[in-house]
Amino acid sequence: MPAKASRAAFGEALLELGATDDRIVTVDADLSKSTMTAAFARTYPDRAFNLGIAESNMLGIGAGLALTGKIPFVCSFACFVVGRFETIRISVAYTNANVKIVGTHAGIAIGEDGYSQMGLEDIACIRALPNVPVIQPADELETRQAVAWAVEHQGPVYLRLTRQSLEPVCPPGYRFRLGRWLVLRPGTDVTLIGTGGTVFNCLEAATRLAADGVSAEVVDAACIKPLDEELLLASAGKTGHVVTAEDHSIAGGLGGAVAEALAEALPTPMRRLGVQGFGESGDAKGLYAKHGLDPAGIAGGVRKLLGR
Amino acid sequence: MADARLEAIARECRVQIIRMLTHAGSGHPGGSLSVIDLLVALYFGRLRHDPKRPDWPERDRVVLSKGHAVPALYTVMAEAGYFPVEELITLRKLGSPLQGHPDRTALPGIEAATGSLGQGLSISLGLALGLRMRRSPARVYCILGDGEIQEGQVWEAAMAAPKLGLPGHGLDNLSVILDYNRIQLDGFVAKILDLEPVLAKWQAFGWTVLEIDGHDFDQVQKALDQAEATTGPVIVVAHTVKGKGVSFMENDPEWHGKAPKPAEAIRALRDILGVPEAAWSDHLARHPAQRAIVDELAALDKQ
Repeated sequence: MPAKASRAAFGEALLELGATDDRIVTVDADLSKSTMTAAFARTYPDRAFNLGIAESNMLGIGAGLALTGKIPFVCSFACFVVGRFETIRISVAYTNANVKIVGTHAGIAIGEDGYSQMGLEDIACIRALPNVPVIQPADELETRQAVAWAVEHQGPVYLRLTRQSLEPVCPPGYRFRLGRWLVLRPGTDVTLIGTGGTVFNCLEAATRLAADGVSAEVVDAACIKPLDEELLLASAGKTGHVVTAEDHSIAGGLGGAVAEALAEALPTPMRRLGVQGFGESGDAKGLYAKHGLDPAGIAGGVRKLLGR
Repeated sequence: MADARLEAIARECRVQIIRMLTHAGSGHPGGSLSVIDLLVALYFGRLRHDPKRPDWPERDRVVLSKGHAVPALYTVMAEAGYFPVEELITLRKLGSPLQGHPDRTALPGIEAATGSLGQGLSISLGLALGLRMRRSPARVYCILGDGEIQEGQVWEAAMAAPKLGLPGHGLDNLSVILDYNRIQLDGFVAKILDLEPVLAKWQAFGWTVLEIDGHDFDQVQKALDQAEATTGPVIVVAHTVKGKGVSFMENDPEWHGKAPKPAEAIRALRDILGVPEAAWSDHLARHPAQRAIVDELAALDKQ
């Protein structure tokens, strides 16, 4: 499989699933060309609603549609849709409406558009809601799996997707399951946990570390809520060190969730890699290097933790 | 024109609103008393629903967007048979399905969580769209508060609704009612952030606007008939009185969000039932059910 943006894989998956499941509808706020639901809207115009630049209303209409048995995918940039948190909190989560919230353009990897377009706090916000799983797939295969799972799952879901292309990392035949992570590379010295756009960089970092004699176990955490605590504790118990890498604020994301779980169940030396401060305009590669999320930066973070 | 049956139900609901708020010790009497006649008109004069089957797919939907007035909704639901009237006094108590603001997951018959103001109209549009897509005959009724429409999301929805009425989508299965009682938490709406000209605002957004006295059952029914016969979204601006039915609560912002004390509640009941003070003892002697409520409230005072 060639590299593909998870938003593109999402758009294709939705188009295919929509052919056999007419409960699926899309709800957009003038970004359907960017969230990649435009093809669905062209193919199924009666099941696609573009409500203009009004994300709160989009979420509420999605909730209403869900309450009549539809399965709405409510889509915008992660920052804009989660920015309407109060509507998500009451109309979707507390109402327990079967809405699939899709936030694309996650993280600093969107680059040049700068901070106002970057979803950087969305995981922290949604993770605080009791009944909304947070899913961030790492490649095309995992995205397709996650979208199909979301259709079958009864209840709200938050799906976090990338603008940038993602190299394939999951093995053929992989099946996404709620609360289950995937070990992509076994190791013994450190558990290196990535999610979404950082997973491939974690694998690259592991290759570099191996050259220095450091054995990193690389984990794809597609499910940020709920965590795979069983896998986390088993791996952390084995390696004794944990590093998380995510294109999200250093506060409240995957790293925060892992730290919370470990602090209670198995205190383990760890290091969180993520975005510090606001994002900014620039090329994605340069931004990843600046925030230590490229392979060199992740490998450096691991070395710091291990003192090597 | 008076509708004796609906008036009697509304009177009983007002009694129960006062009773449950007094037991709870907190809550919102003013907006509950302004909206109750609208809810009685819907639940006892209009809705296609079955209290024994609150999940019936073809039921009409009521979204009380001004969720703080939910005591009024609970009373009509109890009177209609969704749950026993005796459960009303569990309002706001730990473990009760009668949450301080509506919780869809706690009480069958509640269509959506509301109370965080400004969200119910969007949900209603989604409900109306979804029902229309499967050609359901069900109708959606959304009740907005006047202070509530200061929220921006209301106007996002207001802008969208007439456009969703284009062929292929169809959105003439929605009736919106504005409970225009002119008071919000901090004071008079006109002094906090005036809504006027409110009719012209909705008209400019593409809505058909009707204007009625929200305490006149005949006017309410006629307006809702007209709304149903109209193509495109309709809002019924219902002029109401905050605290309606209790003389010392009417038009007083203090009673937006304060529960009566037991002695005040008993005075309120006498007001609602329209009994002069001199005739009160005789009246209670002839109405044992009301006597029981008064005794129960008096006992609260001693606790």
